Amino acid sequence: AVQSSGKSTSADGDDSLYPIAVLIDELRNEDVQLRLNSIKKLSTIALALGVERTRTELLPFLTDTIYDEDEVLLALAEQLGNFTMLVGGPEYVHCLLPPLESLATVEETVVRDKAVESLRKISQEHSPVDLEVHFEPLVKRLASGDWFTSRTSACGLFSVCYPRVSSTVKAEIRQHFRTLCSDDTPMVRRAAASKLGEFAKVLELDYVKSDIISLFTALASDEQDSVRLLAVEACVSIATLLPQEDLETLVMPTLRQAAEDKSWRVRYMVADKFSELQKAVGPEITKNDLVPAFQNLLKDCEAEVRAAAANKVKGKRLNIMLPFIRLIQYTNQHVKSALASVIMGLSTILGKDNTIEHLLPLFLAQLKDECPEVRLNIISNLDCVNEVIGIRQLSQSLLPAIVELAEDAKWRVRLAIIEYMPLLAGQLGVEFFDEKLNTLCMAWLIDHVYAIREAATCNLMKLVEKFGAEWAQNTIVPKVLGMANDPNYLHRMTTLFCINALSEACGQEITTKQMLPVVLKMSNDQVANVRFNVAKSLQKIGPVLDNNALQTEVKPVLEKLASDQDMDVKYFAQEAISVLPLA
Amino acid sequence: MSAISASEKVDGFTRKSVRKAQRQRRSQGSSQYRTQSAPVELSPLPQLKDAPSTEQQELFTQKLQQCCILFDFFDSVLDLKSKEIKRATLNELVEYVSTNRGVLQESTYPEITNMIITNIFRALPPSDNPDFDPEEDEPTLEAAWPHIQLVYEFLLRFLENPDFQPSIAKRYIDQKFVLQLLELFDSEDPRERDFLKTILHRIYGKFLGLRAFIRKQINNIFLRFIYETEHFNGVAELLEILGSIINGFALPLKAEHKQFLMKVLIPLHTAKGLALFHAQLAYCVVQFLEKDPTLTEPVIRGLLKFWPKTCSQKEVMYLGEIEEILDVIEPTQFKKIQEPLFRQISKCVANPHFQVAERALYFWNNEYILSLIEENIDKVLPTMFGSLYRISKEHWNPTIVALVYNVLKTLMEMNCTLFDELTSSYKADRQREKKKEQERDELWKKLDELKLSNTTLVQNNSHGLEFNVSDCAALLAI
Repeated sequence: AVQSSGKSTSADGDDSLYPIAVLIDELRNEDVQLRLNSIKKLSTIALALGVERTRTELLPFLTDTIYDEDEVLLALAEQLGNFTMLVGGPEYVHCLLPPLESLATVEETVVRDKAVESLRKISQEHSPVDLEVHFEPLVKRLASGDWFTSRTSACGLFSVCYPRVSSTVKAEIRQHFRTLCSDDTPMVRRAAASKLGEFAKVLELDYVKSDIISLFTALASDEQDSVRLLAVEACVSIATLLPQEDLETLVMPTLRQAAEDKSWRVRYMVADKFSELQKAVGPEITKNDLVPAFQNLLKDCEAEVRAAAANKVKGKRLNIMLPFIRLIQYTNQHVKSALASVIMGLSTILGKDNTIEHLLPLFLAQLKDECPEVRLNIISNLDCVNEVIGIRQLSQSLLPAIVELAEDAKWRVRLAIIEYMPLLAGQLGVEFFDEKLNTLCMAWLIDHVYAIREAATCNLMKLVEKFGAEWAQNTIVPKVLGMANDPNYLHRMTTLFCINALSEACGQEITTKQMLPVVLKMSNDQVANVRFNVAKSLQKIGPVLDNNALQTEVKPVLEKLASDQDMDVKYFAQEAISVLPLA
Repeated sequence: MSAISASEKVDGFTRKSVRKAQRQRRSQGSSQYRTQSAPVELSPLPQLKDAPSTEQQELFTQKLQQCCILFDFFDSVLDLKSKEIKRATLNELVEYVSTNRGVLQESTYPEITNMIITNIFRALPPSDNPDFDPEEDEPTLEAAWPHIQLVYEFLLRFLENPDFQPSIAKRYIDQKFVLQLLELFDSEDPRERDFLKTILHRIYGKFLGLRAFIRKQINNIFLRFIYETEHFNGVAELLEILGSIINGFALPLKAEHKQFLMKVLIPLHTAKGLALFHAQLAYCVVQFLEKDPTLTEPVIRGLLKFWPKTCSQKEVMYLGEIEEILDVIEPTQFKKIQEPLFRQISKCVANPHFQVAERALYFWNNEYILSLIEENIDKVLPTMFGSLYRISKEHWNPTIVALVYNVLKTLMEMNCTLFDELTSSYKADRQREKKKEQERDELWKKLDELKLSNTTLVQNNSHGLEFNVSDCAALLAI
């Protein structure tokens, strides 16, 4: 058995108390990381204690000490959802409610959501009687809590207990839900609105018509747009539940109003949920009501809304599509960028001749667009066009667009274009690449953003895989190795990162003869970061080298680094020594 | 590029300001213009100052109504003439309410507020830049600003007019008005937020009946920002207003205010964009502590709970705030919190990020903090010693090592005997820690074995979990 210093309670003869003291000590550790580790293994602790003591000792402890870092609480909330067997099965599952109830009132949203998720899970393991005796009172307590957090949590619990309780309790639950829908705090109303659809699904149809519709109407005209837009989401579920003849009177007035809401966020939601709404209300109402509304959304004064609507255009009939092509005249970048992302896909549908006649001018215009995202979206979908008309048609316009994106002030734009480089290189061919794009690829290696340098390194590797080792030796390896003498240590490190990425693709000969000497020389660098990266690089390229080079060249350098004055250099050198077959 | 190469040689990184200069032009957005009906042509009305005094009020009303017409500022050449007329009229209105007495008659209040509501209350446009980073990117400016600015100016002059009567105005400047005003604080345009700040401040000052409502709504905005959207442009401005509101709280503080501190202001520290409003936030917190020192312990515990784990930049801000708090802390409060606080400070001192370590070590340059430490050296020194001693040997940055030596020296001078004791027991202490760690590993290894054997037992035995678990627990207890 486990023996430990002073704290052992077994000293006074009470053996049975011994493990819980040690275990609870672990859960109380000063170090958050250790506490977190212990909580994550809570099931192991429970297993060691057995079901009875888990119920009588561990759970009360957990309930009492819920004041901790959110990360610990999150882990706890998750664990408790899988605890049913560890407390003795469904018969005892209600023991888990007190700690989860406290967790459901915590401020941090992720913790609360996880607690609610676990509560929903274990609600299914309650017998109908336990549900009414233990679970439903908890929901009621949460629903009438002082602070908004408990009330928001309650919103997610109504629908799981409603179907399995008696009709009196059902009436109470409906009443609580109604109250929360008109709560003082917008956070609670948002929570209620987001669960409205789910709750409607478990209600009897009569109550959907009498209760849910009035709540839906109220939430859809809430003073806060963040609440109104959630009502639109609920609309999809509600409309599916109602018989066709009731839709016109019960749902459509509200939906029509939402499509013309003064807040673009609400209109956006209508545009975004268009396909779902269409399915939910059926073909007749779609034709009479939704299509006109949709056309308005396509002409909305806010670009985001038009973009959301434009995204839903795919798959619609061509006559609806025509105004969409005309959207291109709208000057806003969101629309253009949304269009650019779908327009390339049209070429496969339209075929070669139509693409050249109708779409090519658009592609070319968009490649010159002032907004980088538009250009990027066109370039990122080039493969579709390549299949239909071949990329050569575009190459003249492509180049200036690529060059400009490569130098864009936003690093995410630069990153995106780098990621398409291998694809472009493959489609444009090695000559075009060497002539026009190679310098760009090298310039990225000294970008001031690390993510760009890293992507540039990875890009080189993919290019070498495509064009071969000989190409690498002639075009990129000399330039990469030249950077080893750069005065900026970040650039010197880039040489090492490139070598890490390229050695395998370039093969033993180039690695041993050209790269290795440079790496070894850099072990004398005055910056410690460079030196420990030398150790890491040696570990990385070791497998590519032959045994002779390892023994005579790598080993002495690593041994020297292993006695470096910097602890990180030492560490990585020792790691390399232990991993490589040097002995 | 040559200008920055010198600095690049030092740390290898280019300066943000240099890169920022390359950024693109400013972008503009506006959501104000909705009516897509035919454009209205404005015709100029006579000047107010030229009208006979009997007709002035009537003309004033007409001008207010004229200014309710909105124009499309996206198209900069559209309706140029009418836009200019409206601009001139607004200018005239601003001057009229700021220089004349007796112009605010009861009948004009609804006209005035209507003009304001029509012009400034609008659904803010979606950001032009979907991943707008307020610290990095240029904000999108309001395109209709030439008009909106004057309307804000007018609203401000209206509120500040000596004849202004809150008792009449409260029919129009009501909860709904304030709610819409607060929503505008999300504007990306800093010029607009600046106006809003002054205006909300005036309204808070003049409308006693709206105060609780305003505080509650700000509460909601913050909670939504913290726990739902993580996005709201006007946090700094709202905090600035709150700073002066807190200043005026009566003592003893109401439970509502304390709740605001603990449940809203402290969690605000967890926000991603803390750098944008940390100064204002720290000011609010310190205001609270100056009002009621007994809040010090829960506040510091709250900060310790949310202490950043990975973001060094934020950690430096937290340390700054802790120093501000320590500047005003009462010695009795210090005693209550010193141990957990100095455990954190000792972790910061040992942080491999030199800016964090440096910021923490700067505490020892603060006379008042030094006096507090000296008074409680028997508690502080044992908490700090391990980290300081280790860092003095191990930190990669020579500046930090030098600072640590100075701190160790100061601490040694405060209590030489204790210092010597700690130095001599340092090795033993570390060994004890190591042993404890080993024991923990052992314990967990045993527990894991138990779990493994248990699952295999369950697989072979249909009696189920309960039986085997208790068996194993018994084994462990022996």
